[in-house]
Amino acid sequence: MRYDTVIIGAGMSGLSAGVRLAYFEKSVCILERHTTIGGLNSFYRLRKRNYDVGLHAVTNYAEPGTKQGPLSKLLRQLRMKWEDFDLRPQLRSSIVFPDCKLHFTNQFNFFVEQIAAAFPHQIDGFRRLVTRIAEHDALDLERSALSARQVVSEYIRDPLLVDMIFCPLMFYGSATPRDMDFNQFVIMFKSIFHEGFGRPFDGIRLILKRLVRHFKSLGGHLKLRAGVQEIRQTNGKATSVLLDDGTEIEADNILSSAGAAETMRLVDPHAPLMKAQPGDISFVESISVLDCEPASLGHSDTIVFYSDSKDFHYERPNVPVDLRSGIVCSPNNFDYSQPLEDGRIRITALADPHYWLNLPEEEYLAAKEYWNAQIINSAMKHLPDFRPHVVDTDVFTPRTIRRFTGHLNGCVYGAPEKFVNGQTSVRNLYLCGTDQGFLGIVGAMLSGITIANRYLLK
Amino acid sequence: MTSDHIRQVILEILERIAPDEDLTDLDDARPFREQMELDSMDFLDIVMELRKMYRIQIPEEDYPNLNTMAGTVEYLLPRLKDVAVGA
Repeated sequence: MRYDTVIIGAGMSGLSAGVRLAYFEKSVCILERHTTIGGLNSFYRLRKRNYDVGLHAVTNYAEPGTKQGPLSKLLRQLRMKWEDFDLRPQLRSSIVFPDCKLHFTNQFNFFVEQIAAAFPHQIDGFRRLVTRIAEHDALDLERSALSARQVVSEYIRDPLLVDMIFCPLMFYGSATPRDMDFNQFVIMFKSIFHEGFGRPFDGIRLILKRLVRHFKSLGGHLKLRAGVQEIRQTNGKATSVLLDDGTEIEADNILSSAGAAETMRLVDPHAPLMKAQPGDISFVESISVLDCEPASLGHSDTIVFYSDSKDFHYERPNVPVDLRSGIVCSPNNFDYSQPLEDGRIRITALADPHYWLNLPEEEYLAAKEYWNAQIINSAMKHLPDFRPHVVDTDVFTPRTIRRFTGHLNGCVYGAPEKFVNGQTSVRNLYLCGTDQGFLGIVGAMLSGITIANRYLLK
Repeated sequence: MTSDHIRQVILEILERIAPDEDLTDLDDARPFREQMELDSMDFLDIVMELRKMYRIQIPEEDYPNLNTMAGTVEYLLPRLKDVAVGA
């Protein structure tokens, strides 16, 4: 078997790249080790209920028909329609720190007014920062790294406001502890504060299933349960992949969304040709299913980003779960035309991957249960006590993430060092997805599209 | 294909690439980019759609010819004259 391009991973980036290539009549095959599509943003069914794996919200929200911005760009590139994503806007989200609360919606001016009211001495600096962000071309693939904290501190003097701005951006997309690359900061700032959150009524499965249907209708091949154990090369040029079952598939190009370090291990498990370190930022998430809408208990925020300490600590904790900060997401609190089937509260907190990955199997379940209770308990400052309404619970940990994505440390946002131009040390082997560097759901899709356009459509 | 046919093909391509644009008042003499939101990714897609439809290769140095509808039609006319309509 021989293809123009073989894509490793049927997540958002791999599927989007596949659609581009198939649309322009390239022969393309997507290989996915797992039994289902989605990767980091997948979905599952448990005890007769539907769950999303990672999704809190799709960032980069835009009203249907908008002609500019990343979402519009990617719909055009994929030849898909606004209805295919069916994004409904968030109601309102909050950033909550000790003695200070900022709200934001998908209307950026509302956030500016919030900052002006809470930080009157910082608002001019904030406005200048917004101008700097607007002028920054974050899609430039030949960029160099720059500390976002350093740039932001040139405009904003109050460390509390700095941390409050960084908190949602780091939680939703930073592979690096404590600081972000300024480019990444700009991408996240625009996607969360300027554009905002949305969610399809049916969750992430809707987008994934439409992508797959589109890909197949264009003649693309998708193989599930097809794990790649080796990427073969001749004279520094990738030539084929060897599957777990021993099948070899030849290709002119290989595009991998498996992660930079993970991909290079497939090329040569013993002597990685490229310095690529897997990241170690990961999370534990507590998912509670309620017998009522969270709003009926008085919780109508879409997402709450909180830190109970004045300094926001975004790093791998030296305890199993860092209870000082977290994210509360209710998928119910979007502007739908009808209510979801049941109430949901998802609470996410930073976790130590080493603890969770090394825990003996017989202690794992008890640890999940214990930390689930702890996470909920610590989030009680920020939402009404929903515990009497819980009808089912699920918890994911770094161990879950590693099992389903193959990311070495169960890291969610990939390696701290990104490979923005998508190239590797092996010719005809390219990277897309998390480690290429555009994050979030829309970012992942744009990553696949951008790398496909740049190298694979010639 | 005649000029009219080619113009129609280009309109259909633009509709596929930018379905949210209203193209009814498109001025053939003015650059596309002044009249619609068309970035470099979209522009390349026009070239690629033409390649997909008619197997026509347009070298990069010729791209400036495709900035307006009138220029695009003029550029394509001799290259597509032997192509049957609907092909």
